[in-house]
Amino acid sequence: MKDVHSIRPRAALWTAIVFFVTFAASPFLCMILTTFKDSADLYRKANNPFFYNTPPTLEHLELLFNNTPYLRFISNSLIVGVAVVLITLLLAIPAAYALARLTGRWGERAGILIFLVYLVPPTLLFIPLFRMVVWLGLRNNLLALVLTYPTISVPFCTWLLMGFFKAIPRELEEAALVDGQHRIGAFLRVIMPLSLPGIISVIVFTFTLTLHEFIYAMTFISNSDQRTISVGVPTELVRGDVFYWQSLLAAAVIVAIPVGLVYNLFLNRLVQGFTMGAVKG
Amino acid sequence: MASVESQRIAGVPGTQTRQLASWLDNSRIVGIAFLLPAVLYIVLLVGLPFIVAILFSVTDVTVGDTSLDFVGLKNFEAILSMEAFQYALANSFKFTIISQIGVIILANILSIILTQDFRGKWFVRFLLILPWATPISLGTIGWLWFFDSAFSPIDWILREVFGLLGPGTLLGPAKNIVWLGKPHLAQFAVIMVQIWRMTPLAAVILMAGLTSIPQDILDQAEVDGSRFFRTLFRVKLPLILPIMIIAVLFSTIFTFGDMTVVFILTRGGPVYYTQILPTWSFFVGIQGGSLAQGAAIALFLFPLLLAVAIIMLRMARRMEVN
Repeated sequence: MKDVHSIRPRAALWTAIVFFVTFAASPFLCMILTTFKDSADLYRKANNPFFYNTPPTLEHLELLFNNTPYLRFISNSLIVGVAVVLITLLLAIPAAYALARLTGRWGERAGILIFLVYLVPPTLLFIPLFRMVVWLGLRNNLLALVLTYPTISVPFCTWLLMGFFKAIPRELEEAALVDGQHRIGAFLRVIMPLSLPGIISVIVFTFTLTLHEFIYAMTFISNSDQRTISVGVPTELVRGDVFYWQSLLAAAVIVAIPVGLVYNLFLNRLVQGFTMGAVKG
Repeated sequence: MASVESQRIAGVPGTQTRQLASWLDNSRIVGIAFLLPAVLYIVLLVGLPFIVAILFSVTDVTVGDTSLDFVGLKNFEAILSMEAFQYALANSFKFTIISQIGVIILANILSIILTQDFRGKWFVRFLLILPWATPISLGTIGWLWFFDSAFSPIDWILREVFGLLGPGTLLGPAKNIVWLGKPHLAQFAVIMVQIWRMTPLAAVILMAGLTSIPQDILDQAEVDGSRFFRTLFRVKLPLILPIMIIAVLFSTIFTFGDMTVVFILTRGGPVYYTQILPTWSFFVGIQGGSLAQGAAIALFLFPLLLAVAIIMLRMARRMEVN
């Protein structure tokens, strides 16, 4: 592997990096560039789409924030995200602890079963869930999303946390038990602080998941006031056949970049969850 | 800790609190109590809907008429006789399989890149992970612009930079490719966006596998005089094969069950050429109002998902043994 530091492999490495970065990031680069483009510039076929042929403008950002429900979509997404994170923590933390510690061999099996639920795609269940949402009177209500999103987050998060809990030495807990604490006391005072990194990963994962989700939001919510970002932007910011391209691409990239940054910070932990704890990321 | 201890000694606990205390110390009861909420929730909102989906598929339920009248396999007969079904079923498999081949190749290369040391690695990793981290409906909007019928930046490069598009050129005479208006190009577009989105996930999973290979194995390979590619194919890839299978299974499931990319790029068009089971299920079941047929269509997703789940279970068991 020493020859990696000679010139030719370095050149090969950077060629590959440039290729992949172009493939992965060019849509986002183009989104940022186009956001500030004047319509007269953008809608001329001969004009370079990667260059400002006329001076850049902020008018499309103003349109997005002042004349569209974009901010409403963002606040709806935030409300749903926070609520789903709370529900997920309430359900997944105890379940993961139970699976990691308190139950025997069948607990391990149950853990794998819960993980398999994560593999059930929303597209398999959205029709019966739609009927249930209507029946509960939750159509066009953000509560419909708050109720259903944990079906996607709880299985994965339970699995992820189970790995964290298992990694904490049993002796620490037993010491607390000997000190006269209850199981629950030991759990709250010993286990929880130690698994804080896992809990933060769960929060990040669940929150980004609520931002990603498309089909439930598309099916259960049909008035524009209650839309979330993932559905609101592609459906409501297009008027009939008219695409407000600059505003539309701005709307997409404004959400994409911060989510990408946060995701990048927690990547290793999320990968641990995906590899079922088989490797340490 | 001390305060709990002193409380216990100070106050003489009543029978009730003592009973509670003994319950709280009983692992079994606490275990069940901790597990129950999550299990109940999953049974009610995953298990029950799944049964309802099967139930719907053999009734005539619609958005307007929600009474469940048993119709046997009529929905399946109706679906199978529709032209769109052939496309939806074939495309679902075609798009998934072809994109997974792309994902395996690109993710392997990408994971090797990401395990090298180079300047600005954090920023490069951030850019590379963006397609997976971004809400897919928003990422796809970027591609919708790339494939625009009139102002596509890809067309501009082909036309103005390479001179391949326009009257009297190789790809001409039209000035635009109109990617999403032609059957094969629209299919290509959908597959490409799926590859674009899934490669980062598969790559970071593979990367975790590569970095977990014990250093002494790599040192041994080096001592034996093994070169970069030889080490890669003879030592590294076989060792991370189980992780690679996991990465591909996840990617397969996410691609197979996804409706967003097709919905935003083409809505299944032109005609049915990019229709897949999830989008068709949505169009028939929700927009068309026939919940019964929509549910029946979605159930065609199940066999493949079951197969993937079984493979996952086997792998999990094998890892348990190791």
